[in-house]
Amino acid sequence: MIFTSSLELLSFHWVAYTIYATIIISVIAWFGYNLTREKAKSVVRIPFYWYMAFLVAGGVGHHIFTYNTIPWVSQDIGRADIVPDATYKFEIKKHVWTLPAKKITVQCGQTIKFDVTSDDLIYGFGLFRQDGSMAMQMQVNPGSPNDILWTFHHNAVFDLDSTEYSGPHMYDHEGKNLMRIKRFLEVVGCDNGGTK
Amino acid sequence: MSFTKTLIDGTNFDHKGLNALQKVTLRAVVMAFLFYGLVAIEGMIMRLVEVGPAAKGIIPEQFFHPEHFFSIMTVHPIVGIFGSTYQLVFGAFTFLVPYLTKKPLYSVKLANFTWLSITIGTALAWIAAFAWQYAPLYTLYWPLPADTEQFSIIGGIVFIVGIALIMIGTFGFIYNIYATIFARVGVHKNKTTKELLISGFGIDGMLNLINKLRGRPPYTKEPALALPVVAIFRGTVDTFLDAVVILGAGVLVLVYLIADLGGIHLNVAAIDALLYKNFFWWGLDLVADGLVLIYVAGSWYLLATLITGQKLFMENVARAALMLELLVSWMVWSHHLLGDQGQPEMMKLISGEMVTAFELLTQGLALFITLVTLWKARPLKMTFELKYLLGGLVGFGLAVPAAIIQADMGMNRVLHNTQWIIGAHVHIALIVGLYMTLYSAVYVLWPLVTNNTELWSKKLANTHFWMHLIGGIGMGAFMGMAGLDGMMRRHLYVNGEFQTDMILAAIFGAMLLIAWAIFLFNIIMSVGVKGLVGIFLPAKDATSSYGLDPEDA
Repeated sequence: MIFTSSLELLSFHWVAYTIYATIIISVIAWFGYNLTREKAKSVVRIPFYWYMAFLVAGGVGHHIFTYNTIPWVSQDIGRADIVPDATYKFEIKKHVWTLPAKKITVQCGQTIKFDVTSDDLIYGFGLFRQDGSMAMQMQVNPGSPNDILWTFHHNAVFDLDSTEYSGPHMYDHEGKNLMRIKRFLEVVGCDNGGTK
Repeated sequence: MSFTKTLIDGTNFDHKGLNALQKVTLRAVVMAFLFYGLVAIEGMIMRLVEVGPAAKGIIPEQFFHPEHFFSIMTVHPIVGIFGSTYQLVFGAFTFLVPYLTKKPLYSVKLANFTWLSITIGTALAWIAAFAWQYAPLYTLYWPLPADTEQFSIIGGIVFIVGIALIMIGTFGFIYNIYATIFARVGVHKNKTTKELLISGFGIDGMLNLINKLRGRPPYTKEPALALPVVAIFRGTVDTFLDAVVILGAGVLVLVYLIADLGGIHLNVAAIDALLYKNFFWWGLDLVADGLVLIYVAGSWYLLATLITGQKLFMENVARAALMLELLVSWMVWSHHLLGDQGQPEMMKLISGEMVTAFELLTQGLALFITLVTLWKARPLKMTFELKYLLGGLVGFGLAVPAAIIQADMGMNRVLHNTQWIIGAHVHIALIVGLYMTLYSAVYVLWPLVTNNTELWSKKLANTHFWMHLIGGIGMGAFMGMAGLDGMMRRHLYVNGEFQTDMILAAIFGAMLLIAWAIFLFNIIMSVGVKGLVGIFLPAKDATSSYGLDPEDA
């Protein structure tokens, strides 16, 4: 199993966490009910060391699972040695983007490097689909490197936005987000299934 | 008794019969619940703004303006965490430490200074946001707090002075707690400081375990400090460290603001933003992953033993785990910086992922020990304290795994700064996990600190429980779902971009607000308006302990 976009990953996460939440609420409710009963017996006996082993496996296994199923993890760790298909540089100063182009078009499967610098405050760099869902984000700190590699596997049109609060001047008085660049990046060339 | 008479006089509460320790405890608790109400109102205002134009008839237009919206967002956690939670926890521990160690509190005056300082500090921070719309958010990410193009200098100075007062009050609490624990009087008359320190850090529990494995007799059969006091001691170490860091950040901001006021424009780039972020999160995370988790574990152990009247299951393991949490809580801050590309990958991996995952173990252990202690004592009566304790366990059972999921380099890329973090993790941890635990403590301590005052309505207390539990889980869940849909946590959405999730979150949020009003009404009807005012009048009985012989006190 490989998650090729945040939509797939977050859908899986939604289902998995909802199942977990239902189980933990039910277990404590069942536990509370049985605490008051005279003749309640243990349905299962959980040996302490097995329980601890389960927690360790859960904590470590989660990271092993995501490392092997989410492609951007290894790509992020090893990004210094990966040659991107294209590099785009961005600058931010006083809540205004200096963009590499008015609009970027990316071919399906291309790996793009986004290199962002801030001249003053801490901002963010995020790409959002037209339904509002987020594809990815990173923080943009002044004085530090802020670069990310991203491989696009699905056709989509993305808005660019700062994902970190940088003061109220990020908005106009009526609350319009001045740092949101509509329909900034478009991915083309993928088939419906999300590959070339 | 007529409604009006009960409202004025309460059930059988007599504030004149309270001693100094009881009064100072109640003062902090009263302030904590008043601030809680303010926080709930602020939360509802922000939620309604994010519902979009449909809410414009319900709340004034000004809340939709970014200056106003973000000033509310700035003070919301300050009032909630420091004004309410800190005060409630500090108040409870100010009573519990003398009660459990069977010694008098070191200083009632200092305890009074603590709640006053935190109250005034919280009020100042709130005023800075309200009057000057100072809004750098609680994260105080450098150099935003010193950005005088966006914010008023005076507003910034008032805000930082407020935060400093909160931290000074916090130091007062810490000093009082340690001075009480280390006082060699009463049962600790013949103990050395070394013995108390070994017990405070949970080392005796660890040595007992090691000796057991080696087939030797236990290091000690009677540890110097009761387990909940060990948790308070341990948690207070982190409380101290985070106060030092927050105060340090405050001083830095203050230097820049005052210089600016004097016409000297210091270079903000002289402070590395990422390094500052590491420093600040190291301290701020000690609140969330340090003192809260440890205080909560200690509270669960205390509540489980008080509710069951039995010894805690696996007490030595619990003591040793509290010591382990000392190391864990100092090494997990990097999970807040997984989205920062300048942060070294090894720090993300070790501190952000691996050590953070250890919290599943320490908190899971606390949950296990508490549940087994309760189970071994069954059948139990489903009292308010037990009910709230179970609610607290549900809260952390939901919120801790939510955090572990997020503290992952893969998940963080699509969850960082979204409403998932603040909803499914933070709000469920605080509102359901922490507050349900604290409500349990309130019901346990109620007869002790109020001299057996009768609660006005058990039906209302029950209604409060269910509304708070369902409201808390529901609001956190729908905020979390909005996060999965792409809604950011520190953004302003005025056009109802995530309207369905926000309407549902607002409905559950309203349940929380109503639950608080019901709780407050029930408490006021129990102690009466006269009693409520009387809590703040000087105590005639200067005793600073509870349940001790007059000679020992």
